[in-house]
Amino acid sequence: MTLPFPQAVVIGASAGGVQALRDVLGCFPATFPAPVLVVQHIPRDRPSGIPALLDGSCALPVAEAQDKEPLCGGVVLFAPPDYHLLVEDRTTVSLSRDEPVLYSRPAIDPLFESAAEVFGEGLLAILLTGASSDGSAGVAAVRREGGIVWIQDPDEAVAPIMPASAIAHAGADAIVTLGDLCRRLGTLAP
Amino acid sequence: MPRVVLEALMSAETELFDLELKVLLEAVYLRYHYDFRHYAVSSLRRRMRHAMGRYGMERLSDLQHRVIHDPAFFAEAMQYFTVQVSEMFRDPGYFAALREHAIPVLKTYPSIKVWIAGCSTGEEVWSMAILLEEEGLLDRAVIYATDINPAALEAAESGVFPLDRMALFSRNYQAAGGRRSLSEYFTTGYGGAVFDRRLKKQVVFADHSLATDAVFSEVHLVSCRNVLIYFNRELQDRAVGLFHDSLVRRGFLGLGAKESLQFGAHAADFEACAPHERLYRRTAS
Ligand SMILES: C[S@@+](CC[C@H](N)C(=O)[O-])C[C@H]1O[C@@H](n2cnc3c(N)ncnc32)[C@H](O)[C@@H]1O
Repeated sequence: MTLPFPQAVVIGASAGGVQALRDVLGCFPATFPAPVLVVQHIPRDRPSGIPALLDGSCALPVAEAQDKEPLCGGVVLFAPPDYHLLVEDRTTVSLSRDEPVLYSRPAIDPLFESAAEVFGEGLLAILLTGASSDGSAGVAAVRREGGIVWIQDPDEAVAPIMPASAIAHAGADAIVTLGDLCRRLGTLAP
Repeated sequence: MPRVVLEALMSAETELFDLELKVLLEAVYLRYHYDFRHYAVSSLRRRMRHAMGRYGMERLSDLQHRVIHDPAFFAEAMQYFTVQVSEMFRDPGYFAALREHAIPVLKTYPSIKVWIAGCSTGEEVWSMAILLEEEGLLDRAVIYATDINPAALEAAESGVFPLDRMALFSRNYQAAGGRRSLSEYFTTGYGGAVFDRRLKKQVVFADHSLATDAVFSEVHLVSCRNVLIYFNRELQDRAVGLFHDSLVRRGFLGLGAKESLQFGAHAADFEACAPHERLYRRTAS
């Protein structure tokens, strides 16, 4: 099956996410043409260090998002500590310090929901390991707007609650292992 | 494999929501002269959805109806149009950078003016007053604390904050290079921490909108943090233009931790002074 090429990819991860992200981001080819936006739950009061940590394991450049930064294909942007990352329009991101969602800022729901509204059926959302129910509302929004959702198999996830909760709440287009995920990304490559 | 490019369309539902949002913002502007028309739409959409949930409304047009017919309701709903979250000495590194870079320069003026734009419930104002006090500058300073939210301004002026926030505020204060213990600046009463009135004798609280109002004074330091993120780029440019026109030559501008002049029209009018802490200086020209 060939899936349409997404115009943007959003990824959400929580507990156990750094290792999973290393695997997932490692599968993106250097020629990947769409922007990739990531929320990994992190403590709010110190620099995250995650973009730097993952930069080496990913063929795409990885950075922390700044407010009103242009969205570029082939660039991975992370939500900074204590800010939600939102998709403003097709070419720009926004940050916000709105209330935490389920105790998290950054949170996955605001990213997924705002991206779903802008990219509609052109969005691919990937939800990974975590011990929260953040992401469930976001996955529902992505599916409602016609986007594609892949969720990590809870049996494989270090922390199964987050993927399991999203699957129960909103379903998924595919429930995948990290290995499947890489293969599937390969089938998207232009 | 052929690459299928989808002309991704927003769903009809989202398009209608955006249409209703435009109408709502236009109505609020015409009725109350609050101009939210150039705010960042991603976070506005979220907040309007929360408001609809809170008031049990199906459509944004229901909110519009209530808002324009009932000023008291609009005053209450204002909490959804603006984001009121703040902290004393939020991003402590910023206050440390002010101490290191701005204060020594400010000390060379016989009197100084500081503008805190979008001061919300005042946490930043009281932090600034404490900083200036500890640097021996408060007596010759005037602090303009402005916001568009009347309820927030009132809370700011009262200087009363919930006791359960004091642990966080104290940690921030210490991390910002505080010289004493934060508890020396407040007493407990009225179910909260009441900050020392003496700190605010040089503060002027005023209603001022970065979207519709003009420059009102010449100042040496503008601190506008976590406000610009809620604006779109066009409105950001307007606000930064106001700061530029308001600042003395070589005056200081402080922004929020992830805000940057880099993507705006005024990038060349400022130079980074402590780039990581978003402290800028007006260029000489
Ligand atoms: C998130 S708070 C920032 C508080 C504080 N500066 C801080 O960083 O902790 C944003 C504030 O900007 C205010 N605001 C929104 N639009 C504004 C405008 N057009 N002019 C002035 N203030 C505005 C809101 O009312 C709110 O109090």
